[in-house]
Amino acid sequence: MAIGLKVNGKLVSLEAEPDTPLLWALREELGLTGTKFGCGIAACGACSVHLDGKIVRSCGVPVGDAAGKAVTTIEGLKSADGKLHSVQQAWIDAQVPQCGYCQSGQIMAAVALINEVGRPSTAQIDAAMTNLCRCGTYPRIREAILAATGLAATDQPAGGPSAKGAA
Amino acid sequence: MGIKRRAFLIGGAALAGGGIFALQYGDYAARRDALALTRSQKAGSFTGWLRIGEDSRVTIFTPHVDMGTGSATALAQMAADELDADWDQIIVEQAPVEPGFANAWLAKALLSDPAMGSAKLAMLPDSIFSALARSVAHQITGGSSAVRGTGQYGFRVLAAAARQSLVEEAAERLGVPANELTTTKGMVTHNGSSKSLRYGDLAKGAATRKLADRPKLKATGELTLIGKSVPRIDIPAKVDGSVKYGIDVSLPSMRVATVMAAPVRGGKLESVDPAPAMAIKGVEKVVKLEDAVAVIATGYWPALKGLRALSPQFSDGGNGAVSSATIFAEQDKLANDGAAAPDANLGKLIAASYRTPYLHHAPMETFALTALFKDGKLEVWGGLQDPLGTRHAIASAAGISLSDVTFHSMPLGGGFGRKLPGQIEIIGQAVTLAMQSPWPVKVIWPREEEFAQGTYRPQSATTIRAVLDANGRIAAWHAAFAQASGLGVGGSFPYEVPSLERKHTKQASHIITGSWRSVEASQHGFYNESFMDELAHEAGVDPLEFRKRHLKPGSRAITVLDAAAKASGWGTPLPQGTGRGIAVVECFGTVCAHVVQASVREDGYPKVEKVWAAVDCGQVVNPRNAEAQVMGAIVMGLSAAIHEEITIEKGAVRQASFPDYPLLSLAETPDIAIEFVPSSAPVGGLGEPGLPPIAPALANALFAATGRRIRQLPIKTQASHG
Repeated sequence: MAIGLKVNGKLVSLEAEPDTPLLWALREELGLTGTKFGCGIAACGACSVHLDGKIVRSCGVPVGDAAGKAVTTIEGLKSADGKLHSVQQAWIDAQVPQCGYCQSGQIMAAVALINEVGRPSTAQIDAAMTNLCRCGTYPRIREAILAATGLAATDQPAGGPSAKGAA
Repeated sequence: MGIKRRAFLIGGAALAGGGIFALQYGDYAARRDALALTRSQKAGSFTGWLRIGEDSRVTIFTPHVDMGTGSATALAQMAADELDADWDQIIVEQAPVEPGFANAWLAKALLSDPAMGSAKLAMLPDSIFSALARSVAHQITGGSSAVRGTGQYGFRVLAAAARQSLVEEAAERLGVPANELTTTKGMVTHNGSSKSLRYGDLAKGAATRKLADRPKLKATGELTLIGKSVPRIDIPAKVDGSVKYGIDVSLPSMRVATVMAAPVRGGKLESVDPAPAMAIKGVEKVVKLEDAVAVIATGYWPALKGLRALSPQFSDGGNGAVSSATIFAEQDKLANDGAAAPDANLGKLIAASYRTPYLHHAPMETFALTALFKDGKLEVWGGLQDPLGTRHAIASAAGISLSDVTFHSMPLGGGFGRKLPGQIEIIGQAVTLAMQSPWPVKVIWPREEEFAQGTYRPQSATTIRAVLDANGRIAAWHAAFAQASGLGVGGSFPYEVPSLERKHTKQASHIITGSWRSVEASQHGFYNESFMDELAHEAGVDPLEFRKRHLKPGSRAITVLDAAAKASGWGTPLPQGTGRGIAVVECFGTVCAHVVQASVREDGYPKVEKVWAAVDCGQVVNPRNAEAQVMGAIVMGLSAAIHEEITIEKGAVRQASFPDYPLLSLAETPDIAIEFVPSSAPVGGLGEPGLPPIAPALANALFAATGRRIRQLPIKTQASHG
């Protein structure tokens, strides 16, 4: 059946079974492979995206439940002119990634946190950033989030209201 | 990451064959093939591994995959520095997956590492080396070898030789002596006349000259890029989602498959009724493999739904009674009986037994491989730790010739040793499914399959008996350990002990083991450095001082121990319930000492307050990335020490996914301070050596904090330990 949703600011219509996890709809139907499969049970966070501005683990969200909602993925974080979101830039400045596989999810989680609380404390970062990283980039994730705050609040990602969302 | 014995022997043979392969450009057949593969009309090519275009762009072809260690950047720095190239003109490409680009430099790196047992290799007859040398075909990313092997023995030497050829070419063109020429930023300049030529103008001519066999490398003071924290070239594509891993491959009309193999290794698929899966929309096919069942569908979700709908029956290969407990029981006995008792007349006898569990690698990207079979040829895409070895494995699984196989090597979402050659079942699965399908097939392993079908770090047990003499010195150290695999050397042992015995007994089971980041150094680092701590306390001597008394004066181990201790405030008072622990381990040519400060949380789990690390890896190529490697190794080591454990029940792995195999979280990650000590030692590895000292340093810190000695990992809660 056709399911309509807004992805990175664009309206799309998907031919998918409604129980298909949003993750696989994004990856296989829309070719948005920046969102990663890690565990399929919402335990690792590699598939984190924003759904109406809230961070969700897209492997646990049936695409049918996302109908009519706005989704922002890592591909939608850049501004319309291709400029990196300040959190992405902070990730480069702090040289966060190693293998990089979990980093789309980490960045989406960090953007959601900053959108929600502005300038998160270290304790808030520890509480909110629960995505797994096997390479052990956690210390630089903390560093990058602290560096990005103060800049991120003014950034309007291309995904429009979905990424800014319910802040 | 680590190297399996098979690969290590083959690699070793490459070097032993009369030194022909010691520098790749000395091997004319390989050089000819490599040149043919990367030659360009508008460029000069040096051995095929390094190419300079008419536009002065310099391309190096790295045999290493991107699995997160940043070696592409480090290798580019090493090449550009020796070449005096313009950094902005450097390009790094993955070397073709061809025998001409087999990586012999890795062999040299490993052979230079005494802890890897090179003495044993030297005892083999030449005929064996010769036979093996002809079959050398690997491009392994492992053994912490990229910088210390491919960089130090490969690209630095090759780039220095290429620079020399560029200078000679310029000297001839300008009609001036070579010694009046200088090179900088991709230009050769004549000091007297200020005439200059771009590398791009000289490259084609220079490439026809004979390369110097032993070009002079820059002295440390002449280096301009090595030692600088150049930003990693792979990172921009990893923050915008654009980098493509193996799992991201998409081809026209591609189908997606997923699999379940016999939960007990050695078991076979006995029966399965495909009907429940076939009833699911999107499922194309259920395929019975010898030891697994696969479902092919239009996408991953229908494939997974189809797989879950099945009730496959598997045999257990006769292994259904094996458990972690039965394996430990055998290992404990072998460890207890394995070594001769030391002479108790020498002093006070002290003994302890330790255990470590099986560990899973848990890379964040599960196995994923895409295969297309067309006109008798296979084309395969994916990210594994040995592209050339993978291509051979594909040909072998398919029963077709190597020339009919193309392998597209892609970045890896983590490897840590799991994606080394030897036991990569997905190769056979993808090949089989593709060869009976009209479409390309991408096989993706569910996380549960990844946990169930690992090549785990071996479960292992040891008993160590030592004698302390009247002066508080170790007179004897007799250790026996039992584990399934490994080189049997138990990692390096730095202490000077008059009567030293370390004996490995192989304890085989059906559980398949492999190289896990830092290989044997991780278990034996825990054993040795925990027991050193026990002996220090028995002797009534400070654990730092006790170690130093048994180390050679002036040794690298003492330097890093002192540096880590000083940074941590070793010896200064701490609050009640908080302790410091120290440990030092050498592996892959690098020596690391860690100090951990820790206490115990209310729930009984360790609270790691801070870690100080001191590292001697010789010359540091990229300090910021070097720090990231050590930091990542410490996080992974803490994760394993505190939480991780694969257990076997009824022959199968009990843990299914992250909820019952938790990894260290960001919230649990302490502040980590890392210092690289100045060193003139040969360049050492960095992917792995930061890991081994962290478990014993933490266990020793907890002993200092609580008086409880931890002799079995994972630590989990204090209640787990007597």
